[in-house]
Amino acid sequence: MDRIPILKMGRCLLVTIQVDLLDQTALALQDDLSERIATTAAQGVLIDISALEIVDSFVGRILGSISGIAAVMGATLVVVGMQPAVAITLVELGLSLAGVRTALDVERGMSLLQADERSRGGD
Amino acid sequence: MKQENALFDDVLKAGPEAFLESWLSEATQSGDSAPITKTAPQDARELMDSLQDAVRAGADLTRFEGEAWSRTRSVLAELSRSRAAQGASAGETSYFVLAIKKPLFAGLRKLLDGSPQHAFDAVWAASTLVDRMAQWTATTYQRSREDVILRQQQELLELSTPVVKLWEGVLAVPMIGTLDSSRTQLVMESLLTRIVETGSELAIIDITGVPTVDTLVAQHLLKTVTAIRLMGADCIISGIRPQIAQTIVQLGIDLQGIITKATLADALSLALKKGGWAVSRHAR
Amino acid sequence: MVTKPPTPRDALSGSMTLASERDIVATRRLVRELTQELKFTLVDQTKMITAASELSRNAVIYGHGGVMRWEIVTNGLQTGLRLAFEDQGPGIPDTDLALTDGWTSGTGMGIGLSGSRRLVNDFELRTVVGAGTCVTVTRWR
Repeated sequence: MDRIPILKMGRCLLVTIQVDLLDQTALALQDDLSERIATTAAQGVLIDISALEIVDSFVGRILGSISGIAAVMGATLVVVGMQPAVAITLVELGLSLAGVRTALDVERGMSLLQADERSRGGD
Repeated sequence: MKQENALFDDVLKAGPEAFLESWLSEATQSGDSAPITKTAPQDARELMDSLQDAVRAGADLTRFEGEAWSRTRSVLAELSRSRAAQGASAGETSYFVLAIKKPLFAGLRKLLDGSPQHAFDAVWAASTLVDRMAQWTATTYQRSREDVILRQQQELLELSTPVVKLWEGVLAVPMIGTLDSSRTQLVMESLLTRIVETGSELAIIDITGVPTVDTLVAQHLLKTVTAIRLMGADCIISGIRPQIAQTIVQLGIDLQGIITKATLADALSLALKKGGWAVSRHAR
Repeated sequence: MVTKPPTPRDALSGSMTLASERDIVATRRLVRELTQELKFTLVDQTKMITAASELSRNAVIYGHGGVMRWEIVTNGLQTGLRLAFEDQGPGIPDTDLALTDGWTSGTGMGIGLSGSRRLVNDFELRTVVGAGTCVTVTRWR
């Protein structure tokens, strides 16, 4: 099974989703990220979904879970690059992704994470 | 089946020029307008060619949806597409196809003179086939017209809700008229697309031109704002007239933390501040 | 496994087995192709594919496998795509509850069913406890 690669950049973890995800791949990503956040003591996680054309309730819930798990471990999740059609569909679907921070692109996502780090007193 | 195929082939190759002439004179009798008549000979020739190919390849005359007829189908589809684009009516377009019956029946009658039963069967097969062709033409014609209409609708709606760039990172949409679900849909689409294209983090939706705001309209606005926030941008709603403010309070509409301003100017001022801009004025 | 070749043309209907997770992805791919050919707008494509994803997952996970049938339909004026998701699973005991937002049979069928309804134009749910479920959705261009 293909696993989504997780890159480390400073105190942040970067994930780019570029393929149509099998449910198990999404679950594996959740597991892998949880582990990597713990082992690297990451402060931020950025998931780039700019290439994702479909986000259904399963993926939506996974993103929500990752956000919650990250928060419990002291890290912030930012989801970036959501496509307009995806946003419109998610709203219609009734998924609010409450609690999940979002940004327009990777650059802004990173600034958000860095600002977060600073406001937490960094180290 | 094969026998009938051979018959048809004979009719088609007996005198192609005469066949085409008879067909075209029948087709243009329905009062085809000039531009369409110009391409008619070409269209007829191509259609006849494809028919001949199909018949010779042993195509089943009773199954027009079969693989062997695919060239004929695409010739007909192209025909209806171009006529739809030129504004010909569905009737004119399918009549063009039906007109082939004249030379076809005449040819069959000539060949089968003396065997009426056989002639009847052949004419029936021919008629059924041509009817299926005309049906197919009408269907593809309809689809083409739908495409044209859809495109026009889209353009019209886009024109009525322009998204403007007010400042670096600030977009504005002046909503004018009633806000219904299809309008909202369109605003959402164009606004969100522009947000991505321009990398704007703030959108101002001005509802000065919206006559009433009830729970339904509020729902549409909220959906739009939720979508904007999901993408990582934020929204200010401006143009809240006193009556609208009253209605919102009376109906108990929860604006879920969306910032609202009375005027577009106030909204812009706030947007600039949020973006870290400061406006200074020099003594004149 | 797709029983009819996905690139069109003249095929106006077809079906697809829904047995495993891979079939959920395959469903998305097929519906993408179909809605693209029918020239749906990008947003409408996305809505239909997302609804199909939800419903095929329901059939695979809760229905213990099933089949999706697709059909290009017309109502005289418009062209549309109709998808029917059928399984022989346990069925849904309380359909009103199932169609309420946030309902879940334990692992989250809820929003998939009620949400899908909002993503399509026509929605029909037929279910018999102990026999199975069939959800039919249609989106017009």
